[in-house]
Amino acid sequence: MVALGERKRRRRRDSRTPYLLIAPAVLAMLAFLVYPVASVVYYSLQHRQLSKPWLDGFAGLDNFARMLTDDPLFWQSLGFTAKWVFVEVGLQFVLGLALALIVNETFVGRAVARALVFSPWAVSGVLTTGIWVLLYNPTTGLSRYLADLGLMEYGAAPLADPATVFSAAVLAELWRGVPFFAILLLADLQGVPKDLYEAASVDGAGRLRRFAHITLPHLRDTIILATLLRAVWEFNNVDLLYTLTGGGPAHQTTTLPLYVAATAAQSHDFGYGSALTMAGFVILTFFSILYLRLGRYGAQR
Amino acid sequence: MSTTEAAPPVVAPPKAPPVRKKRPRWEIYVPLGLYLLFTLVPFYWMVVFAVRPRGSSSLLPWPVSLENFETVWNGMGFGVFFQNSFLVGVASLVATTAIALPGGYALARFRFRGRRVFLIALLCSQFIPGAMMLIPLFEIFRTLGLVNSLSSLVIAETVFQLPLSLVLISGFIASIPVELEEAAQADGCTRLRGFLLVVLPLLRPGLVAVGSFAFIHSWNNFLFALMFISDQDKFTVPVGLAFTLGEFSVDFGALAAGGVVAALPVVLVFAVVQRYLVQGLSAGAVKG
Repeated sequence: MVALGERKRRRRRDSRTPYLLIAPAVLAMLAFLVYPVASVVYYSLQHRQLSKPWLDGFAGLDNFARMLTDDPLFWQSLGFTAKWVFVEVGLQFVLGLALALIVNETFVGRAVARALVFSPWAVSGVLTTGIWVLLYNPTTGLSRYLADLGLMEYGAAPLADPATVFSAAVLAELWRGVPFFAILLLADLQGVPKDLYEAASVDGAGRLRRFAHITLPHLRDTIILATLLRAVWEFNNVDLLYTLTGGGPAHQTTTLPLYVAATAAQSHDFGYGSALTMAGFVILTFFSILYLRLGRYGAQR
Repeated sequence: MSTTEAAPPVVAPPKAPPVRKKRPRWEIYVPLGLYLLFTLVPFYWMVVFAVRPRGSSSLLPWPVSLENFETVWNGMGFGVFFQNSFLVGVASLVATTAIALPGGYALARFRFRGRRVFLIALLCSQFIPGAMMLIPLFEIFRTLGLVNSLSSLVIAETVFQLPLSLVLISGFIASIPVELEEAAQADGCTRLRGFLLVVLPLLRPGLVAVGSFAFIHSWNNFLFALMFISDQDKFTVPVGLAFTLGEFSVDFGALAAGGVVAALPVVLVFAVVQRYLVQGLSAGAVKG
């Protein structure tokens, strides 16, 4: 009887334990993630400008109407964001997968090679900008030394030339972004059962066939998740583009979040900024769900 | 038999079978070499520009001169920025780990109502863009009187780092056999004692990884620091670097030295812990 009562008490305590354990995390996220998201929804329906407090009040859908019908910069920033995300994620995926496959092999110096090729991932966007500003500069950059060797013409300034500024920014972000893909894919590659490869080899499958029929299917969910996360992060990329191009020239490299930051920080227009934020949030959610559906994420497990 | 001795090193990485190949594997070394070049040339460039004397255009980092560091560290205030970044980084590391450790344990060891919803919420939180949270977070910190204080950065960093930390820690804990804990409890340990004596020592690499990523993340964050901080003596390293880019773009030596100051701590930390990251992700984070 005593033992039974004790066990019962113990189980009851156990059932409360997990909630106590996650409580701090839940509370922190409610206060500083969920509440802010809710207040963005609220602000988007308000006129709220810090510099013009007399305008404060309910706005209905005014902010959204202005965004959709009366703001070419909104559409322009959205277009650039799409182009940026598409190019970055596509290239990062291809290079990241190749890199992961290479450093998954066994070879002398693998540990050092991994630490080195992954290291840019630890670096901030601002620092990436700093480094590439040095490299791209026409008088002190790489191109000058290549020109000294007769390999290039003098005077190339990729960041100052509207024709090349996009590629220049893409390359800098690739430098930092490829390792992320490689790390995620490498983690999953290590879980591919080795005997599958051996069985396939015995059956006479070549390297390419083994890759297509064993490796790729195994990596599928990770690829879907990694491309999605990276797309969200590139959509929201602020630190690199803000410092590299400042969104210019003529707002040509302004992403939606950069536009939001400018609206909030320069015009202090919290109502309109929140409406822009909502637009970004809706677009991200819509495409994320669509992508997970189309990719049939988790279908195999 | 004491419980600490009962714990075998279960999270030790599996040893790969030795490969005996005399032939150099060009299909690995050639592409890897090219990629290493792409990775290392920019780092090298920064270091050379940082350490060479003024007026030199040599591409060899010799002789080493520290005058650029002198300029940025004392003249441009990077010493103070470094201290601020370090404080914010360590504080978010401690806060993130302290909150994520019990939470991760609950996710790994308990099946409770709402667990799935919580996990989905963690995934969804990754779709919440930092830039889009600026306006409401600014308002909250203004209400709390925390605008222009380093605490605002610690709070924002901790909350944004929590979801990934929870998933990583619960992955690490899940990879530790639950039988070890049960054995400890059978020997008369309470759950807490069992956790402290059995799980925690085995979790050390995981904690190092999660703490390091919290530190790296907050060391690198630019946007929050740019928006919430206005006093120059409270700037963090990335904000200081951004100002260097804007105002002193002619002084490449100073820019490069500032870059080295910004990169050194995180790259060192990352080089040490990157293998734990791969392990932690394999342990179940990606699989959800």
